[in-house]
Amino acid sequence: MTDFLLILISTVLVNNFVLVQFLGLCPFMGVSNKLETAMGMSLATTFVLTLSSVCSYLVYSTLLAPFGLEYLQTIAFILVIAVVVQFTEMVVHKTSPLLYKLLGIFLPLITTNCAVLGVALLNLKKQNGFLESIAYGFGAAVGFSMALVLFSAIRERIAVADVPTPFRGAAIGMVTAGLMSLAFMGFAGLVQF
Amino acid sequence: MGKVFAFHGGVHPPENKKQSSRTPIARAPLPPLLYLPLQQHIGLAANPVVEVGERVLKGQLIAEPVGRISASLHAPTSGVVRAIGPHPVPHASGLESDCITLETDGEDEWIEHRGLADYTRLKPAALIEHIRRCGIAGMGGAGFPTDVKLHLGEDHIVNTLIINAAECEPYITADDMLMRERAAEILSGIRIISHLLRPSHIMIGIEDNKPQAIHALQQVLTGCELNIDIRVVPTKYPSGGERQLIQLLTGLEVPSGHIPADIGIVCQNVGTAAAIHRAVHLGEPLISRIVTVTGDAVAQPQNFDALIGTPFADLLAAARLHQERLSRLLMGGPMMGVAVAHEQIPVIKTTNCILAASEQEMPLPPAEQPCIRCAMCEQVCPATLLPQQLYWFAKGREFDKARHHNLFDCIECGACAYVCPSHIPLVQYYRFAKSEIRTEEAEQRKADHARRRFEARQARLERERAEKEARRKARAEEAALAQQARRSSDGEEPKSGAAPAATAAPDLKQLKTAAAVARTKLKKARDGLKNAQEKKLDGIDALQATVTELEQKSQAAQRALEAAEQAEAASAGEKGVDLKQLKIDAAMARATVTKLERALANTEDEQGRRELEAELVAARNQSDTLQQRLREHSSA
Amino acid sequence: MATVLSAILILFCLAVVFGVILGYASVRFRVEGNPIVDQIDSLLPQTQCGQCGYPGCRPYAEAIANGEAINKCPPGGQSTVAALADLLGVEAVPLDAEHGEEPIKKVAFIHEEECIGCTKCIQACPVDAILGAPKQMHTVIVDECTGCDLCVDPCPVDCIEMIPIETSINTWKWPAPAEPLGLIATDRGRGAAQQEAH
Repeated sequence: MTDFLLILISTVLVNNFVLVQFLGLCPFMGVSNKLETAMGMSLATTFVLTLSSVCSYLVYSTLLAPFGLEYLQTIAFILVIAVVVQFTEMVVHKTSPLLYKLLGIFLPLITTNCAVLGVALLNLKKQNGFLESIAYGFGAAVGFSMALVLFSAIRERIAVADVPTPFRGAAIGMVTAGLMSLAFMGFAGLVQF
Repeated sequence: MGKVFAFHGGVHPPENKKQSSRTPIARAPLPPLLYLPLQQHIGLAANPVVEVGERVLKGQLIAEPVGRISASLHAPTSGVVRAIGPHPVPHASGLESDCITLETDGEDEWIEHRGLADYTRLKPAALIEHIRRCGIAGMGGAGFPTDVKLHLGEDHIVNTLIINAAECEPYITADDMLMRERAAEILSGIRIISHLLRPSHIMIGIEDNKPQAIHALQQVLTGCELNIDIRVVPTKYPSGGERQLIQLLTGLEVPSGHIPADIGIVCQNVGTAAAIHRAVHLGEPLISRIVTVTGDAVAQPQNFDALIGTPFADLLAAARLHQERLSRLLMGGPMMGVAVAHEQIPVIKTTNCILAASEQEMPLPPAEQPCIRCAMCEQVCPATLLPQQLYWFAKGREFDKARHHNLFDCIECGACAYVCPSHIPLVQYYRFAKSEIRTEEAEQRKADHARRRFEARQARLERERAEKEARRKARAEEAALAQQARRSSDGEEPKSGAAPAATAAPDLKQLKTAAAVARTKLKKARDGLKNAQEKKLDGIDALQATVTELEQKSQAAQRALEAAEQAEAASAGEKGVDLKQLKIDAAMARATVTKLERALANTEDEQGRRELEAELVAARNQSDTLQQRLREHSSA
Repeated sequence: MATVLSAILILFCLAVVFGVILGYASVRFRVEGNPIVDQIDSLLPQTQCGQCGYPGCRPYAEAIANGEAINKCPPGGQSTVAALADLLGVEAVPLDAEHGEEPIKKVAFIHEEECIGCTKCIQACPVDAILGAPKQMHTVIVDECTGCDLCVDPCPVDCIEMIPIETSINTWKWPAPAEPLGLIATDRGRGAAQQEAH
């Protein structure tokens, strides 16, 4: 039990995928202009991350490792991620066409989100079991969502604030992300994992 | 004296009430002209029932209410109606609105009027109708038609009646003086309201800075049979706001989007109660009210019993205004008042104060500085809103978010702007946001309406097309059957009446239409040609050929028309000229000249210009001829 | 060799399985029609004037859903562009001047002394805002007129005039408070100009 708790704290706070490990920055900067879009994106990414983390683990442990095909892991994982993302896209298109339109190109771009592939590969490195993989993927997703939602809330406020002209737009966004990163690095050492 | 609760926030601006409450209420001198706006209340503007030049008596109905939420208007004194039209009115925009201008004759002659003998015998609906006919509206500042409020007893259970005697805004002492001098009238009005609404408890909410008024009310209430209480509340702005007073006296909050009657409470101003007394017992409609004239720029600040429609200038003169000291003229108090520029603006049913401020008294506000997020505004907001958030949203034009933060619950009291250390005019932002939202909603409704009409029209056209198709098919079938029938029987019947009889004389109207149509076609072809030439598209030659052909057709049609017209004119000399026809012809000719002149101004290429100039000359000639004939025949 | 074959086989099986899953999903989650078009259409002002280049508001809405620029509607003005930008998550570009400036709201007015009762304007009006019949007087119902000015051209006697709507007390809007002077150097350019004006 404590194991799962530790994994969660580690992935959400200590080793936050976006702010500490600097993975998945593309949707982080691209979808964070509005809070609603950010929440939609974080839900989609959570779904993709958890599912692909589990599927990758299964594919590795049942198909690749027993036949000594570990070197195929990258291709196989990308295949899994692409299928999961495609599936998610269809579900989103059906249930919320507005969200589908809002997310636009960023929904299929989850495929190339290095955080997703990163989770799958890091899972292997840590030699997690099946349940730990689920926790790992889910925790990564929660961490990503939290960072994304926080960041977009800040960006919405910045949008109406009096920002000096050279800083307007992406520049002040980057500065803010950097400051958030600094803040999250304060969690370092909280959990030895 | 009874438990008093509290409301969140509030500020304590300096009261400045002593200046105008030292002397009793004075009768304002009769002004030479009265301006009576048709809209002095919430709801639809009243409709005038008098005409310019008509003499009216004091208290005579001069405008009747339109619809359920509206109020009537009566002449405040006898005189002659000089004008009914736009005039500056008390409104923040400074725009004009329709007013009845009354020239007073100095006689102050009352129309015949009588109070109701025993109002308790009347049916409630009849009593309320009487109050409506006397034009009573809320005199606390909003101007809601009182009769509508009194109807609330019918579909709501009213258990508490609150009489608003708080008068929380600085400088204003109108209600204070009214209570000191006419407490009996107020009590009588309360009795009438209580009779209609049947509350189980009546409370008068009054601030503790009015000891004399409290004393006067207590005296009048001794031995009163009603369950009526005076509740003295601590002086704080804005305890006189309806929802704030309700919270002070009952501890209940009126839910957002609901009216106090939904929680069993009705609120009325003391001035309205006194007016109801006059209407019911004396039969007097609402034609005057107490107005505080104060500020450093007047030498004798005091309260006046002024007629509705009195221009501000007259009251200011009566209070001895020093024009050179006047820096800002406010209608209302310093917190919620509106600056007005025009001194001919009249007193209306909701004007409680005229504040003539000097530069020292009310200096210009310093420039707005950035918000430092100190949240002082949130601490003082009586409606427990988040003024800072509303400010950010209004500034960033995020009106949806502002609405979700309950922007429309803001009572625009000004407490937040009063405490802001950066001198941000917060209430201006909220008013701006509210009016933007309202305009957007109105435009959205209009657009929806237009879309529905458009779709209905498309459906109608579709239907007509389908019907036409069906009819055409039916006719074709019939014709086929008929043809078959004819072929089977030896059909050599002469074609009866197949050829239409040749029209005796050429139909002038048809020719004219044909000429107009040919002209329009030519114009469109010319435009198309010009467009093609500019954009270097294909088929220019074909278009050129079409233009030439249409020119010929147009000229032919025009000539035929002229010939027919001349023939008509020739025979018209015997038959008598159709003046209307002549007018139409002249107008069309004029229109043609205008069109050609415009086209000439827009044409660039030489050939086009020459053609147009030739046509223009011909058109001008024709126009002149027709004008001449029109003049001859009109004068004949 | 065997390992290469088994690798290819594994990947092939994986691909087949995933293909089947996706195929099933694409049938199960098929989306009919395009509900986004309705939402776009509800934001347009419904004047059906054609200034955007499309024959009406619904065709333009469909075009926007397919990627058309959102700044082509002058009667909607900048506020419509902003609302569309909000809905679609694109940038709010300024109104395209090529299609006309944001006009002052106008309504049509028929000069009755010149009207000949030809019904051409009635046929042109997209919202049936003109009352009349052949050879009878025509008149514009002001409350229904959207100011699209499609009726002006067809009139053969040029008797229709577009009159701007005046602001009355009921339609007056509170103006936005004035921009505070910039305190930051790059913004001060605006502030300096204002101060010079004083």
